[in-house]
Parts: sequence; structure tokens; C-alpha cells
Amino acid sequence: MKRKHKRLTFIVLGMGLLAAAAALMLSAFEDNIVFFYSPTEVLDKKLGADRRVRIGGLVEDGSVEKAGIEVKFRVTDLANVIPVTYTGLLPDLFREGQGVIAEGRFVDGVFRADEVLAKHDETYMPPEVAEALKKSGRWQEMEKALKRSGQMTKGEAR
Amino acid sequence: MIQRFANPNRFMRLSAAVVPWMAGATMILGAAGLYLGLFQAPADYQQGESVRIMYVHVPAAWMALFCYTSMAAASATALIWKHPLADLAARSTAPIGICFTFLALITGSLWGKPMWGTWWVWDARLTSVLVLFFLYLGYMALVNAFDDPARGAKAAAVLALVGFVNVPIIKFSVDWWNSLHQPASVLKLGGPSIHPSMLAPLLLMALAFTTYYFWVLLVRLRAEIISGKIRAIRLRQVHG
Repeated sequence: MKRKHKRLTFIVLGMGLLAAAAALMLSAFEDNIVFFYSPTEVLDKKLGADRRVRIGGLVEDGSVEKAGIEVKFRVTDLANVIPVTYTGLLPDLFREGQGVIAEGRFVDGVFRADEVLAKHDETYMPPEVAEALKKSGRWQEMEKALKRSGQMTKGEAR
Repeated sequence: MIQRFANPNRFMRLSAAVVPWMAGATMILGAAGLYLGLFQAPADYQQGESVRIMYVHVPAAWMALFCYTSMAAASATALIWKHPLADLAARSTAPIGICFTFLALITGSLWGKPMWGTWWVWDARLTSVLVLFFLYLGYMALVNAFDDPARGAKAAAVLALVGFVNVPIIKFSVDWWNSLHQPASVLKLGGPSIHPSMLAPLLLMALAFTTYYFWVLLVRLRAEIISGKIRAIRLRQVHG
């Protein structure tokens, strides 16, 4: 074997081992890498009141109640629902049917958030196109597809 | 085929001819992309005018990954085939790549505040891109840390290859883990979920950033080769 072939084999093998090591580490630390839990995962893992967590999903349609700067809403992943209370300013993108991430802890079964972030989806379009889609009735279709893919949490797919 | 470019004189001739074309393409594509993106493209149905940050942010992030991949490929070529230009190419790519990474981080932060409600979070995508920034920084420090440039190049090439494991992690971070950052809009299965009137300026900007990279890379490579020649001449004068 020529020297440069030796070096090539060495580097390819090294990169392969490195990738395997990285994959093992990332899967071992998965719980620390996920940024938030979906309502279903919260129930499955029985995340208790003693821990600060982030939960994420969609703001349930018709669930937002505002009283001054106090807000109540429900976060859903279309399977399970968590009621959330929050006092403070909401980001611009916060609205019903949109993705949301809330950080806080559980108090008597209600999630008391001290930070609320809006999660943007991967769809970009002009307002007129969004209007046209809504009028032609293809909006629901698109929203459903969205909810099934990126907008929804990865926990759903498993 | 690669060996043909190993001759520095031939490279100098070829690159001298290519540089003005790359410069011109960058100017024209960049001007067209910025005009379309900032003035012609519509506002987004949810983000409003803030969507225009995307025309700089997304191409910068793509180039951050592209530059790192080029740097790793050049490093592998240098280690395996000892190609004389590969080390110089990797060394010249790093500062360009770190600038693109910095630009992506800053524009992302400026977009995140009004849209997400935060400048920064430690989610998988943001954190892995910050790691990319530090990998570039480490590479640049290591490549200049030795008195003997050949040793520095070798050590830095190994670091570039080890760090390459981060590139697929960045790309797929938004698919593998729950993250605040949205999933890919353009490079994904099922086609882009971005309206053609916004996709066109985005792709123009991406092309402009790519030609900019090759333009600056060639200029830097030429400078490296010339300074190498000057060093050789000086040494000859000193040693008679």
C-alpha cells in the first residue's frame, strides 16, 4: 500500500469513528439537548413541580384570555393540552394556532410561565397569498400539513 | 487533474484571469439581490418587514457551513495528497468563514428579538453554530501557533477534520431535536415552503455570497503565494 493510500484509509477510518462517537454522545445527552417538551412528553415523563422546564406546542384556538398583562392560554400538541398562565409582554408572533414555547414550572397542575417565546414556522409568503389561500379553503390543508411536520414537536413523530 | 494546479505559476495566471469575473459577478448579483430583497419582495404575512433580514441571514449561514466544508476538504487534501495549494486554501478560507458565521449569528439575533422575543437561547441550532464560530477561531489560532508554518498547517488540518463532525449536526439540529429555530425552508424534502417572490432574491443573494467567497479566496491565495516567494527571495539574499 502506498503511503498516501495509508493516510487516506487512516483519515476515513478516523472520521468514521469520530462520527460514531459523536452520535453516541448526542443520543446519550438527548434530554439535555431538546429545547422544550411537548405536552405529551410532559405527561409521559411525569415532569414534576420541582423542576424548571420549557414546554412547547401550539396555542390552542380560542384559549387565550387576557386581563391586563395577565394571560391565560392552553398549549396543545393536538393530543394533550396544558393550561398556562403568564404575566408580562408577549412576543409579536404570539397568536392562536401559532407555535409557542413557555419556560416556568408547574403549580397545582397549571404551568406558570415566566418567559414566553414565539416559535416561527418555516413558511414564508406575502400577505395576499395567505389571504388567497384562506379564501380558497386550501389554508386548512396547508396548516394541517404544517402541524404534522415542522411546527409540531418532534415527540409527535415517535 | 488536481496536480495540474499544483504549479504556482499556472495558478497565478489562471486566478488573475478569474478574479475580475468573480468581483463583477459579486457586485451585480449582490446589487440585484439586495434591490429585490429590500425593495421588491413582499413583506411576510406573519413577520412583516422583519423577513428581509432573512436575505442576509440565510445566505450567511449557508456560507458558514460551505466555507467550513471547503476548509475540511482542503485540509484532507493537504494531509493525504500533500497538495501544495490545499494548505493555503484551508488557511485562507478560515477568516472568510468566520465572518459569515459572525454575520449569521448577529443577523439571527436581530431577527430573534422581535420575532421570538429573545436575542439568544441555548437551543441546538444556535449552540451548534456558536461552536462552529469557536472552531474557526481555534483553527486560526492553531494554524499560526507554530514557528514552522508546515507544523501549524498540519495541526490545524487535523482540528478542521475533527470539527467537521459539527457540520451535519448544525444542518440537522432542527430535525433531530425540539428547537426554537424553525426547520429548513429551502433545502428540504417536498420542495421549498417559501413563496417564489421571496425565494428569487434569497437565491440571488446566496449566489452573490458564493462568488464573493471565491473572489476573496483567490485574492488571499495569490497574496499567500506572493508572500511565500518574497520569503524565499529574502532567505536566498541572507544566505548568499
